[in-house]
This record gives sequence, C-alpha cells and structure tokens, in this order.
Amino acid sequence: MIPAAFEYHRASSVSEALQLLQRLSDAKLLAGGHSLLPMMKLRLTSPAHLIDLGRIEAMRYIRQDGQTLAVGALTTHWEIESSQLAHSTAPALAEAASRIGDVQVRNVGTIGGSMAHADPAADYPAAMLALDGQIVAESPRGRRTIPSVEFFTGIFTTALAPDEVLVEIRVPATSGRTGQAYLKFPHPASGFAVVGVAAVITRDGGGRCTRARIGITGVGPAAYRPTAVEDQVTGSTLDEKAVAAAAAHAADGVDVNEDLFASAEYRAHLARVFTKRAVLAAAQRGG
Amino acid sequence: MKQSIAVTVNGTTHRHEVEPRLLLVYYLREELGLTGTHIGCDTTSCGSCTILLNGQAVKSCTLLAVQADGADILTVEGLADNGKLHPIQEGFWEEHGLQCGFCTPGMMLAAVQLLARKPNPTDAEIRHGLDGNLCRCTGYQHIVNSVMYAARKLAEHHLPAVPPSRRTVKAP
Repeated sequence: MIPAAFEYHRASSVSEALQLLQRLSDAKLLAGGHSLLPMMKLRLTSPAHLIDLGRIEAMRYIRQDGQTLAVGALTTHWEIESSQLAHSTAPALAEAASRIGDVQVRNVGTIGGSMAHADPAADYPAAMLALDGQIVAESPRGRRTIPSVEFFTGIFTTALAPDEVLVEIRVPATSGRTGQAYLKFPHPASGFAVVGVAAVITRDGGGRCTRARIGITGVGPAAYRPTAVEDQVTGSTLDEKAVAAAAAHAADGVDVNEDLFASAEYRAHLARVFTKRAVLAAAQRGG
Repeated sequence: MKQSIAVTVNGTTHRHEVEPRLLLVYYLREELGLTGTHIGCDTTSCGSCTILLNGQAVKSCTLLAVQADGADILTVEGLADNGKLHPIQEGFWEEHGLQCGFCTPGMMLAAVQLLARKPNPTDAEIRHGLDGNLCRCTGYQHIVNSVMYAARKLAEHHLPAVPPSRRTVKAP
C-alpha cells in the first residue's frame, strides 16, 4: 500500500514547525508516524504536506520538574516503558506505555503522536485521566496547558487547535499512600484496548480510600472518567465487595462501542470487571 | 519534490533521490535490491519487514525512507560476517526455527534486539519480545529454542548481539 503523494518538510525546531504549519495548507505533523502512516497507506487521509518533527531532539526527554513528571512529545513508548523515573513517579503511565502494540511499534511511536491522534482504543488516555495529567500545546499565540479531562473530546478528536503543536505531557508525581495500575484487555489481533482501565487510589492510615481517579479507554467514543465509580470508591475500605459494587457503574451513561469482536454488552461487562481489578490492584500497590 | 537521503545499510552508505512517500521497506527492496526484508501484511502487524534502525527493531513498512535519512540500518543480509553465520542464524538452523522461512528475517532481527536488551532471556521474555512477529508454521516453540541457542552462543563467545558496524563505504 502506497500513500498518496505529498510534500515533505523537516522541521528543526518547534518554532520552525509552527511557521510551516502557518504557511502550508492541508498539512499534517509527523512524529513517529505509527498512526498517521497506516492511515495514509489506506488513503483514509491524504495530506498535501507532512511536517516531520522527528529530528527535534529537544522534544525528546523524560524529566522531573518539581512535583511533576514532564515528558517531551517525541518520547517513544519504549523510552517511557524503560524509564526508571517514569516508573517511580507515574507508574500507570509507564505501565500504559509498556502495553502499547508490540516492541517494534513502541520503539517508534511517540506519546505526543498517540495523544494527538486520540484513538478511542489507545492506552495513554486512560492513564492521563486517572493521573490528572496535562497536555502542553504551543502555537504562535504562545503556550497553553490543557487538562486531560478537557483534551479528549471524541473519536480521534482533541482540544488541539489546527495551528498548535503538542509539545509536552505533564503528570503529577505520585506521593504518599497512593497506588497506581493500568489493566488492559487487548484485542487479540491488533493489541489495541478492547477495554483499558487506569486507577490511582490514595488511602489514609486506616486503609480507607481518600481519593480515587479512574480512566477508561476503548469503551466510549473517547476515554472518560467514571465519576460515579470514583465517588463510590472514595470513603470505602476498598474491600472487594465494595469495589465490585462501585465498579458496576463503570459504563453508566456511556455510548458503548460495538464492533465485530465485542458487542456493547460484552464491552460494558469488561469495563466493569477491569475497573474492579484496576482499583483493587492500585489499592494493593499503594500499601 | 524528491528528497535527497543518505542511509547506511549493513555498513555501506547509499545516497538516493527518493519520493517522500516511498516506504523504507520498498527503498531497501527495490532501490537497494535487498530483498531479504520481506513484506507480509503491510499493516504494521506481522513483523516480517523488521530491520534494525540505529540499533532498534522497527517495522520498515511503516516508516518513510526520508525518515531514515542519516540512519544506520541492519538488515538480514548484514547479519552474517564474511560468510560466518550470526549466532541467531545458527540458532535458527540448529533448532529448526523455520519451516517456510517467510517470517524468519524479521524474526531474527527482532530476536537480535531482544538479545541486545536481555542477553539471558527467559522463555516468557522471548515470547514477549517477539510479540510483534507472526509465524504461521512453527507454533513458535522452535523459534524460542533458536533464540535460547543464540543467547547461549553469544554469552559463550562474549559477543554483542548487534554485530559491530561494518566498515562504512561511501557510495559514489
């Protein structure tokens, strides 16, 4: 399969990429290309211009910035998966990275590209929501920070403006008695999440849950937080029965996806089961 | 507009003018004549087009040749050194790691990356590391055995999994 012809532009800096994005019409940004190129090969999209960000080394980093983990948009899934810093400060993000596709895909695919593509079955969005992560975008108007809860707006749709470049992912570093987990039921052929659930659970000294954040991907048109589950888990003792009762609301009010592999009913069932498991796993890891 | 690229493949640097939409696997096969890298599914699933790009296993059907500009590439043709098989090739031979052989070049390059990252892998780690490569003949067990063989051989001879870069020859 061969993509339609396009003009290729290699940006050497974010500001050059922004200028190209201003100047060219019908342009797409290329990071690792592991979502964009398959779509171009199938001619689902045929942009006139590709702006390659791949050589902007300044966009490739994982660093701690005070109480925040900052990840450059061009950082690959493999770099996140193999980062000690990512595992110790934001385990759910590192775990989500390690569950994407296969090793070859993780060697090339980037966190910024995956976020901007916003596949409804992608792994990161669940972790980003559970972690209260933020997305940093740059445009000729300057930089802005978008909370993840406002970022994923629908199928392959985000809050990014057409003239913006996603430059950084920011996630609060874990602290105190907080445990994190990302659990996934992968599609057996594609590896995408039929259901993926991230949970970040904080407990007090007595073992009671003081804060619960959950992100679910693969189930709805975009990843979402099941707030009814979070509310019911918060204040509970996190015993299996209480968590199961709360997790029963994991797909409430969601327009559940349906495809050849999983009916809406089955997918909603998986969402409830994996929400329960993810909350229990996070609670256990939090000690 | 065509783009000028320089790519070092198995130690030899090549310069070509390519169309931006040319996929790396077609560049390797059709421009360079290196047909050991196979095209299987052409959809980033099967792994038969796996090569090492700057030491990392990648699926060359999902990269543009222009993205590989300046890169150092290893394909199956570069595994053997002066006719002496690489331990992973020897492993596939000794342990009967293939039947039809279509997946084998990609499988071996993915295995080389796996052994570079985990020189002494467990059975489960090998299966995880080869998750991106499909084989429709062997049932995988003999492939796992082949990788185990290569791990032992590399350790025995204190060899790096990724063969050191060949002498770089500048093409005209």
